[in-house]
Amino acid sequence: MEPEVKIKAEKVNFFYGKAHALKDINLDIYANQVTALIGPSGCGKSTFIRLLNRMNDLIPGARMEGRITMDGQDIFAPRTDVVNLRRRVGMVFQKPNPFPKSIFENIAYGLKLGGVRDRAFIEQRVIESLKKAAIYDEIKDRLHEGALMLSGGQQQRLCIARCIAVDPKVILFDEPCASLDPLSTRKIEELILELKKDYTIAIVTHNMQQAARVSDYTAFLYLGSQIEFGPTQKLFTVPKEKMTEDYLSGRFG
Amino acid sequence: MLEEKQMTQLKRILIENATLVEGMIAKSVKGLRDEDAHILRTVIEQDETKANDYEITIDELCVTTIARYQPNTKALRTILMALNISSGLERMADHAVTIAESGLYLIEHPIVKPLIDIPRMGEITISMLKDAITAFIDENPDLALKVCERDSSVDGLRNQIARELVSFMIEDPKTIERALQLSKIASNLERIADLATNIGEDVIYMVKGTVIKHHKDQV
Repeated sequence: MEPEVKIKAEKVNFFYGKAHALKDINLDIYANQVTALIGPSGCGKSTFIRLLNRMNDLIPGARMEGRITMDGQDIFAPRTDVVNLRRRVGMVFQKPNPFPKSIFENIAYGLKLGGVRDRAFIEQRVIESLKKAAIYDEIKDRLHEGALMLSGGQQQRLCIARCIAVDPKVILFDEPCASLDPLSTRKIEELILELKKDYTIAIVTHNMQQAARVSDYTAFLYLGSQIEFGPTQKLFTVPKEKMTEDYLSGRFG
Repeated sequence: MLEEKQMTQLKRILIENATLVEGMIAKSVKGLRDEDAHILRTVIEQDETKANDYEITIDELCVTTIARYQPNTKALRTILMALNISSGLERMADHAVTIAESGLYLIEHPIVKPLIDIPRMGEITISMLKDAITAFIDENPDLALKVCERDSSVDGLRNQIARELVSFMIEDPKTIERALQLSKIASNLERIADLATNIGEDVIYMVKGTVIKHHKDQV
């Protein structure tokens, strides 16, 4: 039985000025599954996931064609509230980017911005989010210290907690472990597997083995085109396309 | 460890598979002893397909786990040994089917000698398989070594049966066909015991990383 489709991309084309960055992408992202996007640099994987919460809107000269829907609603429809969309579709970036504030404030910020005033609720949500991001036990005595004091791996989990705090439905990870050591990487990977119970996850990664370890579905992109999409265990053992096989066995890219 | 779930699942399926194969061997020997054609037919008609399906499931799980997690050291050895064990189990299942087929023949044609040694071989063989799988699951090299040591008693029984059957055949050539069927059954049980021994050897490699195959007398 195929899981429910959370996000559907249909014939998506994207241009940075004249550069054709995405070509006719059709991709389903399933609910409560981890979907990985892999491919060599410049293949369009980051461009694609940035479309899912409209992070590319402000790039001058950029233009999108096609349709992306989440729960059946067109996310590029004029009536779509972008702020609200980004609350539902959270994002974690390559480099941890905590605010230069306390750990507590980092998590509470999004809630306050969203108009939440109830302090007890905020506190409860902060703790809950830190727990979900598997960092609470390490920092529970330091909630009011500066977030920039944390290690890189901890900062990244803090950013995940910050993202969870505003109750998203989808979390996008753009190379979340690129600047982390192997142990922190492992923690983030374990966390991603834990998070998929509650959220739909899309992850862009340069590290093919990471895609193999954490994802349920994998899309392989090359020069803006989607070469292959399928269950990760199939793609990594018997890919349909020669090009996927070549990429996975390190013959190019 | 991200691959832990896969490893647990792999062990679970291997236990199921081994339980099925143990049952097939037990049923084929019991069916022969009790002249129960029905039980022999279930081995041939139902159990073998299931055993084949297990082999494919285990192969796929091992390949996927290697592709996705690149296991190292003990996890890698466990997966490689699981592949060996599953192909061993599949062959044991085939031997059980051959025994069941000979059993069906012998139900139709009166037996040449009372069945004493073959059920005895069956018991030892099944206990070897049971212990080999327990040793794999518990990662117990001592138990695995005991499995290997029992192999010679099965070989001894097989040789004894063969000698006895030869004397029957010399005495009365009309018994040849039936005697050959019994000899085939004994050989198949002996092969099953060999395959159980291989599992024992694999377990020792898995746990300790030492190879005792082909020169186990030196252990």
